[in-house]
Amino acid sequence: MRYTIQRLLQAVPVFFATTFLIYAMVFALPGDPIVALAGDKPLSPELLHTLRERYHLNDPLLVQYGRYMLNAVQGDLGQTFTGQPVSELLQGRWAVTAQLAVTAWIFELVVGIGLGVIAGLRRGGIADTAVLAGTTFVIAVPVFVVGYTAQILLGLNLALFPTAGVDEGWPVSYLLPGMVLGSFGLAYVARLTRTSLIENVRADYVRTARAKGLRRRRVIGRHALRNSLIPVVTFLGVDFGNLMAGAIVTEGIFNLPGIGQQVFQSIQLQEGPVVVGIVTMLVMIFIVVNLLVDLLYGVLDPRIRRA
Amino acid sequence: MSRLVSLFTLSGNTPREEHVTVLTRIRGFAVLLATALAVSACGGSEPPAAGGGQPGAKEFSVALTEPDHLTPGNTSSSYSITVLQALFDLPVVIDAKGQPQMRAAESVTSEDQKVWTIKIKPGQKFHNGEPVTAESFADAWNAAAYGPNAWTNNYYFENIEGYDKLNPEAPEGSEEAPKPTVDKLSGLKVVDPNTLQVTLTGPFSQFPITLAYTGFAPMPKAAFADLAAYDIKPIGNGPFALDGTWVRNRQIKVKKFEGYAGPRPAKSGSINFKIYESRDTAYVDLRAGKVDLIQTIPPASAPEAKKLLGDRFVATPSGTMDYLGFPVFDKRFASADLRRAISMAIDRQAIVDAVFNGAFKPMSSLVAPLVPGYREGACGEACVYDVAKAKALFDKAGGFSGTMNLYFSNADPSYEQWMTAVANQLKDNLGIADIQFRKVPAADYLSTLREHKQDGPYRNNWVMDYPSPQNYLQPMWGEGNRMGWESKEFNDLIAQANSAAGMEASIPLYQQAEDVALREMPMAPLWNWQDQGGYSDKITGVQIDAYSPNLDLITVK
Repeated sequence: MRYTIQRLLQAVPVFFATTFLIYAMVFALPGDPIVALAGDKPLSPELLHTLRERYHLNDPLLVQYGRYMLNAVQGDLGQTFTGQPVSELLQGRWAVTAQLAVTAWIFELVVGIGLGVIAGLRRGGIADTAVLAGTTFVIAVPVFVVGYTAQILLGLNLALFPTAGVDEGWPVSYLLPGMVLGSFGLAYVARLTRTSLIENVRADYVRTARAKGLRRRRVIGRHALRNSLIPVVTFLGVDFGNLMAGAIVTEGIFNLPGIGQQVFQSIQLQEGPVVVGIVTMLVMIFIVVNLLVDLLYGVLDPRIRRA
Repeated sequence: MSRLVSLFTLSGNTPREEHVTVLTRIRGFAVLLATALAVSACGGSEPPAAGGGQPGAKEFSVALTEPDHLTPGNTSSSYSITVLQALFDLPVVIDAKGQPQMRAAESVTSEDQKVWTIKIKPGQKFHNGEPVTAESFADAWNAAAYGPNAWTNNYYFENIEGYDKLNPEAPEGSEEAPKPTVDKLSGLKVVDPNTLQVTLTGPFSQFPITLAYTGFAPMPKAAFADLAAYDIKPIGNGPFALDGTWVRNRQIKVKKFEGYAGPRPAKSGSINFKIYESRDTAYVDLRAGKVDLIQTIPPASAPEAKKLLGDRFVATPSGTMDYLGFPVFDKRFASADLRRAISMAIDRQAIVDAVFNGAFKPMSSLVAPLVPGYREGACGEACVYDVAKAKALFDKAGGFSGTMNLYFSNADPSYEQWMTAVANQLKDNLGIADIQFRKVPAADYLSTLREHKQDGPYRNNWVMDYPSPQNYLQPMWGEGNRMGWESKEFNDLIAQANSAAGMEASIPLYQQAEDVALREMPMAPLWNWQDQGGYSDKITGVQIDAYSPNLDLITVK
């Protein structure tokens, strides 16, 4: 318990440091966002000034950041250049990204560990070779190629999944993008599980378990696998954060109105409040997930359980 | 991408500078690869299936990129305009031939091209039942012209009398402009419910045609009670009314307005504008039968789309042009002969074929072909690719020494592709040895040009607002232009044309001005864009033209 509180307290300086850093980085981007928004159209100095005032772009960095944090604490995250409140915008978008990330994560977890176990138990067999080859391929091919290929083959030509959009809701609309997004992590999970399992299967305690005459299923499931999962859990934990943050390409291909799309647009438009809002949330997710992973270690391996 | 960053803008940048990004570049490649895989795996793909979108009777769907605003005075994004054209009837409309026709207005007339009388057709209603009167127009225009509102289309009203009072300039030494003391244009006078009198600051023969721009739409009284709410649920006077509110990044639904009394009642029950982040995805959805109409098929997919869609592939000429501008203020580019020589050394057709799949049209005129008054070959030999003549003229002008920097923005990878082709041609044909690229961040590009920081030829793009030569010539070659080019002869001709007795009479004068600009060649025309769209077999009556997708004409089978 004390450990948990300690960890959460550590998050406070991390929170301020990241938000300030992000704010400063957006602030330092070249060019004037308002002028850029107007495109080739003439923009009178008065109009420019009014808009810069409206978005507080004339103030120095520290003042802008201070105002932002003050408002943020009161639940006001500012508004986008199109006048939409950031909190409202993020609400809708987080839901989409969270559903996508969860789908991808479950896919990684179930299929990844499953494949890893199959490969690890019969080292050198056909299944093992197939898993190794398949995962190498997935790791080597960029996600946008996997994405478009899956969309055209499975979505368009075979019509097994919707091609794009979120009209059909969870899980149907999220299956294909989730699989694409999770494919990369899945390859790692499968390989980690396999390697870890191969090592543990030869360990003394597994031999002991076998010698005791335990059934194979119990030896593998209860003893070997449980120990093998520690590195896998670490990876899955960190990867959940990555899935939330790394969906830019996938969301684009499958037209999912999530966080990835938004952060990409906002960086280009230099919408400081939106970028900071999103990145702060991502940082918090990383912190919480890492904490959960550390706590989970204790469950898997009592030796590292803390007081 | 217009736009990933397509996208969204208080922003006129979506139509102006296409918002295409690194992501789209990657996608272009991915689509090729994916399509190749798909085709080899399945031995050819099927044509789009029938049906699509939500069931719902007589509804069809249109792929859209997220608009920025839906208040007509506060958006110049082409995506917003697509929706607004369904929701609003403007005073005037441009027909497929580029001619102005009356729509919400009965007539737009003037004796002296300065004081205009707009007669509004009686009996029209807004979607909330309010009558459409002269006041509806005056209210909307006053709001757009009112400086503190900071609406995008503010500058469209600058030639109406009283604009200055609504947009007072900041006093010397201060950035802060004083608050205007009035909030109405003195040049707008509501004579009676159906008559609006507009007094301009000077004669302007093209005024009627500008009234076809969505910035001139009327707004009901109800709008002004809550402008923020109006922006996501606009109330218009057109054949379609908003159904629900704009669901950001998802969809905008509109349904047939039963109380519509104008000239173009909707032929379908409703339209679902489905918002896409990527044009590639929208195209896949068209093939999957999930969206019925897309207005921009990605160039990389165009050849395939042509095959798959057959008659349902539509190529529409557009008013958008690319130019190569010269920094005339830099003395190395002061010679008109040098500038003409560079223009003659560029093989426009070869670049169009290589970079744009041959879809764009090489230009020998400063205005697009669909603009009344366009003359094919107005440029003469200065826009004809001729290496020998170019080289001779180049040498006569004294050649070019030092580094030639070519300027373009990083908004789209195609800019660099065609600039590279231009550089190679200048190297080979004129012997300019040292050519460097200056790829400027998109957010910085236009201010670079505005501040005359470019010391070499640069990419200049123009999206037409209304089909008049004036819309090209005056903003780009007129006073305060980016080239630093000054010609009294040109400016005088434009002023004469603006005060000519009418549209017809103004054209020869604009053409003379164009001749001056072509003779001096401060900016060389390159090519004219084309839009490529397509639709599903579920709808008929698709008549997209350069001015409107004409969604009211579409029938659902």
